[in-house]
This record gives sequence, C-alpha cells and structure tokens, in this order.
Amino acid sequence: MPAQLYPGLSTAASAQAADPGAAMATLRVRGRSIMALVIAPEPPFGDWFAALDEQLRRTAGFFADRPVVVDLAAVLENAGRDAVPVALEGIEERGLRVIGAEGVGPNLLAGTRWARLATSLHGRDVAQAPRADPPAGAAAAPPPAPSLLVDRPVRSGQSVVFEDGDIIVVGAVASGAEVIAGGSVHVYGPLRGRALAGLKTGAEARIFCRRLEAELVGVDQFYRTAEHWGPGLHGRAVQVRCDRGALQLSALD
Amino acid sequence: MAGEGTVSEMSKVVVVTSGKGGVGKTTSSASLGAALAQEGHKVVVIDFDVGLRNLDLVMGAERRVVFDLVNVVQGDAKLPQALIRDKRVETLYLLPASQTRDKDALTEEGVGRVIDDLRESFDWIVCDSPAGIEKGATLAMRFADLAVVVTNPEVSSVRDSDRIIGMLDSKTRRAEDGERLEKQLLLTRYDPARAARGEMMKVEDVLEILAIPLLGIIAESPDVLTASNVGCPVTLHNPASAAARAYRDAARRLLGETIAVEAPQARRGLMSRLFGRKAAA
Repeated sequence: MPAQLYPGLSTAASAQAADPGAAMATLRVRGRSIMALVIAPEPPFGDWFAALDEQLRRTAGFFADRPVVVDLAAVLENAGRDAVPVALEGIEERGLRVIGAEGVGPNLLAGTRWARLATSLHGRDVAQAPRADPPAGAAAAPPPAPSLLVDRPVRSGQSVVFEDGDIIVVGAVASGAEVIAGGSVHVYGPLRGRALAGLKTGAEARIFCRRLEAELVGVDQFYRTAEHWGPGLHGRAVQVRCDRGALQLSALD
Repeated sequence: MAGEGTVSEMSKVVVVTSGKGGVGKTTSSASLGAALAQEGHKVVVIDFDVGLRNLDLVMGAERRVVFDLVNVVQGDAKLPQALIRDKRVETLYLLPASQTRDKDALTEEGVGRVIDDLRESFDWIVCDSPAGIEKGATLAMRFADLAVVVTNPEVSSVRDSDRIIGMLDSKTRRAEDGERLEKQLLLTRYDPARAARGEMMKVEDVLEILAIPLLGIIAESPDVLTASNVGCPVTLHNPASAAARAYRDAARRLLGETIAVEAPQARRGLMSRLFGRKAAA
C-alpha cells in the first residue's frame, strides 16, 4: 500500500556539469539543479512492485518526466547482488526514468547494462509527503478524480457506463435507460431509469437526483426498486447512500 | 430553411419515425408529404417498410407499383422507373417498398445512393420508417437531415420514442459527423376528451419527457381513418377537417413558418403555454 511505498523517498538535487575540455570554441556551461525522486525497493519484490503499480495507477503523473534515483541498499542487504538488476529492470519496465543508483558501488554495476548509472550523485534530502503535496510546483500533482459529464438527456435504451469515477447528467435519465458509475451518480433532472453507483468506490458512493422517479437505484451491491421506497419520495430531490449495510434514501429538500 | 417564395436549393431528408408500431407514421408521412407538395414543393415519400408496405395503399397507388425501393437499391431498376407520381398533386411522388422481400434486401450504400440521386431533383425526401429499431428503421433514419418523431400520448409510445431519439442522436450519419440532427415531435391520436378526463398523458408531460420541440398535435379523428382507407392523404381528401389543418400547419412549420400549435379543443391558455415551447434537444 502507498503507506509503505516510499520508505526511502526523498529528493536529491543533481547538478549537471560538463568538462570544458580544450575546445577551440567557447563552450557555455550552465549549472542547473533539478529535483529527483529517490525510491528504495524492498524484497519481496512481488509486494513492493504491486504497491508501486497501485501508486502509478492512482497518481499517473507523479513520476512523469521526473528523474529517479534508486536506493539499492536494502536490496543488496536483504536479497544479495543478483537481485539488484532485477529491481532496476522492474522499475524501468514501468516507465520510470532511472538516472542513478544509491547504496551500491560502481563495480557492482560494471559489466551490466546499468553500468552507465551514476552511483555518486550528491544532493540533500528534502522532507516531503509523497502523495499529499506536489513535490515541486504542479508538475507531479495527482490528477483530479475523473468524472464524466453527460450534457444531454440519457434516452431510453441508452447505457452510460463510467467506471473511473462520477457521472454527472445534466438532463433526464429516461425510463429504460441506465447510468452506471465507478463513483457517484449526479442527475440534474428527473431520474426515471436505473442508476448504479459505487462500482469502484463501493459503499462510499452516492446517488443524487433532482427528481426521483427511478425504476431502480443501487449503491455498491445493494439496490432497491421503486416499490421499496413508496410514494413519499417520488418526484422529490433525493440522495441515495449506503448506511451500515443498507441503502438509505432521503429527501434533499 | 428555404427562403420565402423560392425553391429550396438544398433538399431536405426527413425521417418519420416512432419506434412503436401503429402510432401513425405512414399516415403522417403521406399527409405531411402531400401537404408539403400542396405548398408547391417537389416531394417524394419513400416507404422503408420492406415486406410490410402500406404507404402505397394510404396514398392510393397500390395498383401502380411496378418497381420498388429494393429494385432500385439492388440496381435492377432505374429510379425514374420506380417513382410513382401522384394523380392529384403533381409535385408529389411515391417510392414504394417491396412486399415480397425483407429488410435485409436493403444495404446502406444502396440506400445512400438512392437518396443522393433523389436529392438532385426533390426539395423534400420523406422517409417513412418501419416500426422497431432494427435494420429497416436504422436505414430509414441513416441519411436524415431532420426527424419527425410520431408519438401517441401513451407511456409505451413515449418510451419507444425516447429510445428512437437516442438512436437518432447516435446512429445517423449526421450524428456520427458531429452535426445536429433536428428532431420534432408530432403528437398523433390525441383525444382531447380523454386527456381532459386524465385518461391520457397530457401534452406537457410528453414534451417534458421527450424534451424536443413540438411540430404539431393531430387529434384522433375518423377523417384520418377514412382518408387512409380510401387511399388519399387527409390533406387532400378532406382539406377542411381539423386533422388536415393540423398536418398542413405542421408542414408549414417544417418549412420554417412560425405558427402557434393549437391543442385540439384547447382550453384558454393552453395554446399560449404550448406555443414557443422549445426544450433542449
């Protein structure tokens, strides 16, 4: 899980410099410090990479265009030198840009395809929370929870399915239509068909509608049909939520 | 819309559709087609109900069918051979369906070719859709520029119409090209007496559910049935009847005129409530 994902996460500044050499033309060299992310894989790799994959899925932009330094000390200590290339390959396979390694000497990487990695990068760790805040600027801000905006009525026979997040319908959901969301369902109009929420988020999800005339509403694995909520809520603005294992419908007005 | 008093440069393909059967698509196709022709436009009405053709009967041309839509689509006959000119209005034509074939005899390319050919010489091409949501109905709507959704004030008809509107918004060439397909509601078989007693859906309720502009309301009337049975569109058979007037007004609204929709036997105030009611499509 994300909590254990960045045991060694810190940032390192790396400076790029070039040897001026003895060129005829004047070589202009500038210094630049950039932020790198340091990750420290830990055996067993199965669990650690699963956590990494989960993190990548949740915050796809976190590692984008960001140099990564791999702290291999824990790998070397717990799983031996043979595990080092395995860890590096797994990280590179996931599209992370590895520019350097820590915790291993250059001789350990010599002769492998990782020999080019810098092993003596300098820099200073910067304390930061890996997920809550963008590491620097907005570049790696986690993307907002996605939602699907449907800007016209959902007609009978149509099915709007959006597993990644909320569905917002501006207009009516007709009798015989269905709206199925990974998150919550918001209907700014009469809900006459079916609405199912919480495919991904489970019991957290809710259904909101301006006018409840629905055939069926469902959150998580619970559902109710019109005959179960009686005429009292019919035609009213209603919220549907999960409460202690049961579906609760309540008027919003 | 065509400018006032001029022949339209662009022909319009209009599909008359409903989803549900028996709501009055064929009657409305014939009546709107005839009314448009009576206004001086050159009109062809195409029967897409291959295998269950009716339009030839309603237009009184059943004894004059030699070639049909399937023959033309499959290249067995030329378009002029299959077109039947109406004997009463000279700018009105019928392209009949085949009774002996089924909808699979139609292909999208073939229908597209026929419609393109018709666009060259007609102002209005009225496609009478079969009931259902299968191939016949989807081909009838495929090339439409606008749709007339025929609906009875009954829940089953309204829901089927809603389904068809969804298909018009997704399965037509215009929708796929990202263009707007205009959809208008023609409420037929409306019975003011039953509506007043609350035995029938109110016009407002239908409009509220379907959320498309109202093209017209045609009251349930023996004039319409009689006209169908004698094979003459009501606008020709009994021009003074309420139904003929309602169809004629609907045709003129299609032509771009602004005419208030009169609810049959309207109580005072209903007219103004209906007029100008345009919901988001």
